[in-house]
Amino acid sequence: MDLQYTPEDTAFREEVRAWLEANYPKELRERVSRDQYTKEDFLTWQKTLYKKGWGAPAWPKQYGGTGWTSTQKYIFQEECARAETLPIPPFGPSMLAPVLMAFANEQQKAHYLPRIINGTDFWCQGYSEPGAGSDLASLKTKAERVGDHYVINGQKTWTTLGHFADWIFVLCRTNPNARKPQEGISFILVDMKTPGVEVRPIITMDGGHEVNETWFTDVKVPVENLVGKENEGWTYAKYLLVHERSGIAGVARSKKGVERLRKIASVELDRGEPIIRNPEFARKIAELEIDLTALEFTELRTLARESQGKGAGPESSVLKIKGTEIQQRITELTLEAVGVYGAPYFRGFPSESGNQFPIGPDYAHLAAPTYANMRKTSIYGGSNEIQRNIIAKMVLGL
Amino acid sequence: MDFNFTSEQDMLRDSIARLIREQYDFETRRKVAKSEAGWRPEMWAQFAELGLLGASFSEEDGGFGGGPIESMIVSEEFGKGLVIEPYLQTVVIAGGFLKHAGTAAQKEENIPAIAGGERIFAFACSEPKSRFDLNDVSVTAKKDGKGYVLNGQKAVVLGAPFASHLVVTARTAGGQRDKKGVTVFIVPKDAKGVSTRDYPTVDGLRASEIYFENVSVGADAVIGEVDNGFPLVEQVADEAIAALCAEAHGGMGVLNATTLEYSKTRKQFGQPIGNFQVLQHRMADMFMAYEQAVSMTYMVTLKLEEPEKQRKMAASAAKVQIGKAGKLITQESVQIHGGMGMTDELNVGHFFKRITMIESQFGNTDWHLRRFTELSNG
Repeated sequence: MDLQYTPEDTAFREEVRAWLEANYPKELRERVSRDQYTKEDFLTWQKTLYKKGWGAPAWPKQYGGTGWTSTQKYIFQEECARAETLPIPPFGPSMLAPVLMAFANEQQKAHYLPRIINGTDFWCQGYSEPGAGSDLASLKTKAERVGDHYVINGQKTWTTLGHFADWIFVLCRTNPNARKPQEGISFILVDMKTPGVEVRPIITMDGGHEVNETWFTDVKVPVENLVGKENEGWTYAKYLLVHERSGIAGVARSKKGVERLRKIASVELDRGEPIIRNPEFARKIAELEIDLTALEFTELRTLARESQGKGAGPESSVLKIKGTEIQQRITELTLEAVGVYGAPYFRGFPSESGNQFPIGPDYAHLAAPTYANMRKTSIYGGSNEIQRNIIAKMVLGL
Repeated sequence: MDFNFTSEQDMLRDSIARLIREQYDFETRRKVAKSEAGWRPEMWAQFAELGLLGASFSEEDGGFGGGPIESMIVSEEFGKGLVIEPYLQTVVIAGGFLKHAGTAAQKEENIPAIAGGERIFAFACSEPKSRFDLNDVSVTAKKDGKGYVLNGQKAVVLGAPFASHLVVTARTAGGQRDKKGVTVFIVPKDAKGVSTRDYPTVDGLRASEIYFENVSVGADAVIGEVDNGFPLVEQVADEAIAALCAEAHGGMGVLNATTLEYSKTRKQFGQPIGNFQVLQHRMADMFMAYEQAVSMTYMVTLKLEEPEKQRKMAASAAKVQIGKAGKLITQESVQIHGGMGMTDELNVGHFFKRITMIESQFGNTDWHLRRFTELSNG
């Protein structure tokens, strides 16, 4: 056991840092800090990473992955967080791709995987429905086999960045007469341009447009778009959720968030002194940092197990729960730190550009909306209560 | 970066686990804790024979070539068995002082004797009014010719009834709370003028109040620098914290497993209580707290060699996490066991008490949160 980076790892870190410095678009940094990114921003950044050979570090080499060690992947994440690059949405590279690699046929792999890694297709996820949240298996969206096609009818919801997406992977019910709700579900890929697909925005309490309703009315999809076997989609859906959790700790980004919080707390005044000198506030930051250290080492232990081929098991639920709690606490403390300037709000108003009408310090502008927005993290990806059910069942055997 | 144990380390762990299983079962431990002697010297001799007492010393110092990771392994396994004998005080603490600051003669005299089980130490650092501040020292050591004369009282010195020797902090200069002016001495417990009042502790260990009345020691009793022993005390205390964290998470692992097992067998309302989601989520929280505690034990153990500030922050962070995890796991274990959790008969209460006491050894959660905050705010 040791914490030393090898000289190769240190050299790798320097290489990544220098490359990000030279290649991450400055104007993108500016837009991200104001939360005004576009679909093109994601795809451009993905294309840039792809050209460097870093399009999907976690993928196996045969599909264009980097072949990095788990330490190198960790370093890469840390450096991206440090440079505050635009996080690549997980739907294509981290969620769909592992399912395709494990369960799709050769033609599907050859067609879809390159388009994900080279920044051609933007994917979104069709899992949740108005009546199927934590109880995902109760989903009702129907796919009926008619000749060479499936005809899909129903409604998905919470489709994150669905308004950007070219494609959606959809869990559909293909056998309404199955014995259990988990049986009779299929995993189908749908082109968002297909007639009958309609995306309607959902505005969240932070005023942002991130999620959507996605409606399917007599949507005709060729049977080739089925992944794996008909009626076995639940297995693939669960596989995806485990993969989703393993990246969800967000340690590197949270470290950056704590660093930012510390900077804010050392200039915001409380009784005439930096609020970081207020013992109650300082204690909250200290507890946050300590919990983050514990999470970091738990993630490192998980990575070590993975690199020995033991795989990310249900323990990844720990990373999801603790990681999201910490992300939420950072935004909560940031809002506390900015005091009264947490209140001014411009989103959706004519003065939105902010530059025309700057009120309060820059770092305060998004503090309240971000705090509000981050409440989603303990709900999505299997709510934190569902994660505790998973630990109880899969780890504790209850 | 590497989180794997070597095969020698795995073997060390296995041999301790076997010893605990075969000779340190809970009933035996309970009897020993209540016996007149309060410990088993023959068990100590077995620890020596198995190489546990020398495992964390380098070969040139007379040990078997290990370090903090070996201490962590021994402490964790001892934690699972609620081991009474003073491994922490003798090997981690006295051994730590000797490793870092012992003269060649001091090392030669003491380290082989520790590894061989012949010499047992206790650490006389706390005083009746010092609480957790190791710089708060009013025991005095006055220069007397070439040597020193010690006077004063040390409080709750764990393991002292079993010890042959004491590591003592004493003031050679400055005021009661000054960091400068603290000197560390090795004093034989049978030195003239040392008297003790021995007593049991709530968690089944033994401790002493120790009184020094004109105790004369030679200049060669000083370990480390005269007047400047405090940085060394802090370093060794951080190493002790790492070992305590390992002992605590060892115990927490047993509590979690015991509680889980109980929830699968205890039936109420016609079904195992582990079927109830309200208990499942609490046990999931206990599992997470345990995992975080293990992570923090590794973290602090691997950071003991870092520069002073980083080392202290690591030790404080770990002690805070282990303190919180310990409260959660001990309290929930008793709660989920219901009335049975309250009894002396089950091991649950015994782990409850030991882990509760660990929280206040070498600074409690609040004390370390404050130290962490002060260090991180510069």
